Amino acid sequence: MNYLDFEKPLAELEGKAEELRAIARANEEAHVEDEAAALDQKAADLLVELYGSLTPWRKCQVARHPERPHCSDYLSNIFTDYTPLAGDRGFADDHAVMGGLARFKDRPVVVIGQDKGNDTATRIERNFGMARPEGYRKAIRLMEMASKFNLPVVTLVDTPGAYPGKGAEERGQSEAIARSTEMCLQIGVPLVSVIIGEGGSGGAVAFATGNKLAMLEHSVYSVISPEGCASILWKDSDKMREAAEALRLTAQDLQKLGVVDRIVDEPLGGAHRDRAATMDSVSNTIAAMLDDLQGMDAAALIKARREKFLAMGSKGLAA
Amino acid sequence: MACCTPRIAALIAIGAKGLYLPLKELRRKGTAMNWISNYVRPRINSIFSRRETPENLWSKCDECGTMLFHRELSGNLNVCTSCGHHMAITARDRFEALFDGGIFTEVDVPQPVADPLQFKDQKKYPDRMKAAQKDTGEKEAMLVAEGEIGRTPIIAACQDFSFMAGSMGMYVGNAIIAAAQRAVDTGKPLVLFSAAGGARMQEGILSLMQMPRTTVAVQMLKEAGLPYIVVLTHPTTGGVTASYAMLGDVQIAEPNALICFAGPRVIAQTIGEKLPEGFQRAEYLLEHGMLDRVTKRTEMKAELVQIIRMLMHMPPPVMGDLPKPDSAELIEPDVEAADTDASDGEPADTSKAEDVKE
Repeated sequence: MNYLDFEKPLAELEGKAEELRAIARANEEAHVEDEAAALDQKAADLLVELYGSLTPWRKCQVARHPERPHCSDYLSNIFTDYTPLAGDRGFADDHAVMGGLARFKDRPVVVIGQDKGNDTATRIERNFGMARPEGYRKAIRLMEMASKFNLPVVTLVDTPGAYPGKGAEERGQSEAIARSTEMCLQIGVPLVSVIIGEGGSGGAVAFATGNKLAMLEHSVYSVISPEGCASILWKDSDKMREAAEALRLTAQDLQKLGVVDRIVDEPLGGAHRDRAATMDSVSNTIAAMLDDLQGMDAAALIKARREKFLAMGSKGLAA
Repeated sequence: MACCTPRIAALIAIGAKGLYLPLKELRRKGTAMNWISNYVRPRINSIFSRRETPENLWSKCDECGTMLFHRELSGNLNVCTSCGHHMAITARDRFEALFDGGIFTEVDVPQPVADPLQFKDQKKYPDRMKAAQKDTGEKEAMLVAEGEIGRTPIIAACQDFSFMAGSMGMYVGNAIIAAAQRAVDTGKPLVLFSAAGGARMQEGILSLMQMPRTTVAVQMLKEAGLPYIVVLTHPTTGGVTASYAMLGDVQIAEPNALICFAGPRVIAQTIGEKLPEGFQRAEYLLEHGMLDRVTKRTEMKAELVQIIRMLMHMPPPVMGDLPKPDSAELIEPDVEAADTDASDGEPADTSKAEDVKE
């Protein structure tokens, strides 16, 4: 188990309980069960306390937790027949972006998402979830295909942002993001998105501009990372706590602003503490969002999407 | 002055008005040296340095260092007459030079909710806004207008980098939507001049949401079959480049304009990649297939007229002096625009007629 910095007291309690049990296993005469149970209880209480009131910065940390379920986990758990389709037909296949055909509750769909990788090898392969222009162009191609064959599109968003590299800029990162957002707005099929971890700036917008948007309880969606914002506005990247607070990047604030339609509850202690429960909740939310769009034809779906964004923000926090 | 102590000389220099507060401050701090070095000396220095370069008459080219007489510089649209470097120009000045006779009508932009997040960093967002409004004399970072260029009716939107780095917030989004709507309603093309540091962080997610919002505006033009021409000016970066500024039917940039998503400093810092000469500049993007053209500001008007008239199936522009735009076609000329020297009753400003000729 990987503990975040604010979970340190929790790590100590859980560690001690584990130690006691190890002693008990080695020496049958040692009666430590009561003590261990007491420690467990303490740890459980602490978890409730910590996760009952996560600050925006702590939510960023949970959203970036290395053990948090990633796109590939959802693909293998809540979709069947996942058939990856690769490449942008112009330059390369971007491994930061996964996508292809799949069945969701037996219904064929196109699924697209960013994946951060689960260990060093896959993290490097997936470029830590930071897409290059080819990734957006692959997404554009898949959305076009979905529209042509009347398949709903499900996107799973989890990216620190677009990749700030020389090649990515030379090959038209901006244009690729702009075209992907444009494609999200013009396809004549339902587009539903879930932010499963980090929704980082333009890299997220290019995937999440849909009819319905859900966010996991401890996921974030922001115009800039708290560190980036702090270094620009506070001239000190250590002020990320203040920046996270000011940016209103939590699912709860974004719902108040009318940006997010649904919040998916996470298990106590974050999505990674009970993966199966997380998968179930996300699956149910995707199903509910697709149901909401049932019976709408292409024109109605496009119109609804446009109106949603044209009206967005008109009420500020009162939305 | 020779008989005065330095302190008295300083008091004379700052005048009686400035006297009260520093003395009060002095008593509080209890040290005379602080007061002199922190308050009086900078004040004196600023008075003398101001005298050395009267900033209203001469400007220095940031690129070649040539001192340029300000009237000559503004007559050349803030392009250095010595090295051709394109300096910043305000949205209003650009429009006055762009539209025939300097006459244009502003298009109303719906006012968004002020400070939607109640954002506060080291300063409060409303205070930053007020300061920007005071510095620029403008309401926000984008100006939308309609009028004629080379007798060709257009809607134009121009981002003002001097207003909070031209940053894209809800107002800028509203401005682009209003511009597109006006273009669709009147059947005119839209010309958009971009300049921005990116999205306005103080509006958080709502600034990010201007990417899809402005994309909807571009789609409205597309569906109406109207040309959307983007002129990218220095600098155009971040979420602005990654939305409406890269979706034009024709993409033109001013020479040497920085155009990027992630800026060179961000790339150098986070990735540590060595960047080639001219990286992310207009000419570099042209070479990499990201732009249609790189065009000098002084030739921009003629080029826009030429392109728009072809896309709109209009006859070629008439070269030479332009007659004054037909006043019946215009609604109410903008008061500030009408006050400028560009529309003092002459048939047309000759410098602008020359632009069309070239």
